[in-house]
Amino acid sequence: MPAPLPDGPAPRLHVVTGKGGTGKTTVATALALALAGEGRRVLLCEVEGRQGVARLLGLDPLPPRETEVAEGVGGGTVVALAVEPRSALMLYLDTFYHLGRAGTALEKVGAVDFITSVAPGLRDILLVGMVYEAVRRGRGDKAGAGGPAAADDRGERPAYDAVVLDAPPTGRIGKFLGIGAELSTLAGGGPIAGQASSVAALLRSPATAVHLVSLLEELPVTETLEAADELAGAGLNLGAVVANRVITAPDLRGAGPGALARALGASGLDPAPDVDALLAQAGVRAQEAQEQASQRVALERARRPVVELPLLLGGIDTTRLYELADTVAGLEPLVGAADLAGSGSTGTRS
Amino acid sequence: MSRPTQPSAQTTAQTTAQTPGRGQDAGWALDALLDDPATTTLVCAGSGGVGKTTTAAAIAVRAAERGRGVVVLTVDPSQRLAQALGVAAGEAEPQPVPGVDTSRGGSLHAAVLDARAVLDGLVDASLPPDQAATLRKNPVYASVASSFSGTQEYMAMERVGQLRAQARSGRAPWDLVVVDTPPSRSALDFIDAPARLGRFLDGRFVALLRRGAGKGLAGAVSARVRGTVIAAMDRVLGAHLLSDVQELVAGLDVVFGSFQERARATSAALASSGSAFVVVTAAEDDALAESAFLLDRLASSELPTAALVVNRAAGVAPALRSLDAGRAREAADRLERRAPGEQTDGDDEAVGAVADAAVLLGVHADLALTAAIERGRVEALLAGHGAVAVAMVPVRSGDVHDLVTLREVGEDLARTS
Repeated sequence: MPAPLPDGPAPRLHVVTGKGGTGKTTVATALALALAGEGRRVLLCEVEGRQGVARLLGLDPLPPRETEVAEGVGGGTVVALAVEPRSALMLYLDTFYHLGRAGTALEKVGAVDFITSVAPGLRDILLVGMVYEAVRRGRGDKAGAGGPAAADDRGERPAYDAVVLDAPPTGRIGKFLGIGAELSTLAGGGPIAGQASSVAALLRSPATAVHLVSLLEELPVTETLEAADELAGAGLNLGAVVANRVITAPDLRGAGPGALARALGASGLDPAPDVDALLAQAGVRAQEAQEQASQRVALERARRPVVELPLLLGGIDTTRLYELADTVAGLEPLVGAADLAGSGSTGTRS
Repeated sequence: MSRPTQPSAQTTAQTTAQTPGRGQDAGWALDALLDDPATTTLVCAGSGGVGKTTTAAAIAVRAAERGRGVVVLTVDPSQRLAQALGVAAGEAEPQPVPGVDTSRGGSLHAAVLDARAVLDGLVDASLPPDQAATLRKNPVYASVASSFSGTQEYMAMERVGQLRAQARSGRAPWDLVVVDTPPSRSALDFIDAPARLGRFLDGRFVALLRRGAGKGLAGAVSARVRGTVIAAMDRVLGAHLLSDVQELVAGLDVVFGSFQERARATSAALASSGSAFVVVTAAEDDALAESAFLLDRLASSELPTAALVVNRAAGVAPALRSLDAGRAREAADRLERRAPGEQTDGDDEAVGAVADAAVLLGVHADLALTAAIERGRVEALLAGHGAVAVAMVPVRSGDVHDLVTLREVGEDLARTS
């Protein structure tokens, strides 16, 4: 068991993953909005070049540098960063290894593309390294590859009160977080490998929580359970399991078709709608809700708190995103589960 | 700073719900495509989590049961789907799928893509045994084989080439190859990967690494730049990684030969008249945005697009198509307002029926609203992409993991919206 980070007002790192298509970007964005209480700054990172955050917030594609994008539900600020391997590597070379000129030469001969694509372990550590740097940075520090000591260790307020990482999907999350031995094999002895162990310590500390987003369907649930095992087995601190797009069964009292037809006849609709078709639709909905309920039971096997987010009809827009963020703000396993480092406050929300 | 604003989905839906849908007869005639013996390859492409594997399997089952000799190449199928198809990961040769109706003379084989095995096969076929063994032991080789962005896609293409060659030679019982594509963050990867891998192997940096090969280096970069680059790489990556990479590059060079030519040949095969792409998507914004990129790319690469398949589409019962979400919601609200007032009448069933009717109309309003929003999204996507046939595959409860449900999905695909 690696040593946890020192006690203190540690910034929280929330890693959000899930099977593709489960809505993890939406959950990550809602979580960032929820964590941005009054006076707080929250960084929302995406690493897959999908520009999902920008799309969700109705913004132009985000640049590979920190950009204020939204006001949180508690009045704080959400800053977004689309982490991108090329600029991450250049930043490393330039500021961390002081390889400014060599960095340019590397870029010129295509070595940057080479490094970031031939060795995915390295690409991932570059991306996670950018997140690591943002977590440790002090409010007064310049953005970049950072100094030797974390802001907490210097007793300084961190640049971000929380960092939310919209991580790759569950199928790649283990590799992405460098859980396997791949990286040490690949870059043994190199300075990037050296930093990898510091990143690993942060990821395994109580300052980090990995949340798993799932749908209440068989495949996502199976993948979620597998990922939970893999991540917990690697010593990572699991946060909440988010059951996304939960539907509710129609609350019917069981009136017969005749009575229903009379009631519908008085509904003001002309022609009166087909009772059997309406009942069939409600029956399908009830069946779906029942299947979700049984998957919900299966999800408990992750042995993590399961929180539910409702299905938003027809998808998400900005208004609904904030409604979702309000819901998320009330879900303690998500916003507060990893708040173990003693900072206590999750911001002031009324 | 303030909250960003954009029109709410609600508003959009009101408009689209009142606009009659786009020509719904612009079907893609799946069955005609499958029955045409000239159709030899169908590629199901799309972003992750949209049901590509299921779509590929359903198309394959349908084609086989309509009389075609079919092989389906799946990538990472769910355990139960793999079971239904009678395949297991690591099996090199396609296996016959049990339970398929072959009464029309068709057959179905299935295989799971094993990118590592395909690459190993290429290495073994092109290098003397000792060199092949050395290359396979190179630590960077393992990384390239398993996770180099593009390897999976390239190996899928390579495998499709093999399956097609088997079909042409008459050595295999199939004449139609249905392909699922690897899960990638971007739907474009499958198309871009071979060229990217080619560019990489023929690139300046790789030329620079081929020290001792004695070719092209002087033209590519000066010795001074080379020195700086090598020193920087050693510093950043650690020295042994670089020598591993150099060794790997020398080996792969032999394996792939003129790689770009090979990639071009693969792309040309996909652009031929016997091939068609099926773009698979869900009705969600993210997936649709990816599909738009993919449709653009297919068009600009002159690759034939057979259809856009929208999975998990919401839909209302046919008998209720004329009742839009807004009117259903208003009626539900009227009934809800009335229900308490009638409670004093003492007619419990009538009161219950009014409440139930309100719930039923509410369920319908939800469905109709969702369907209208999704339809609007798909129409907005198609507006920029000319005449693309669309198949809306309705949401189904439960997973698709046996032949019965695969047949049902096939029906949905053939029906179109």
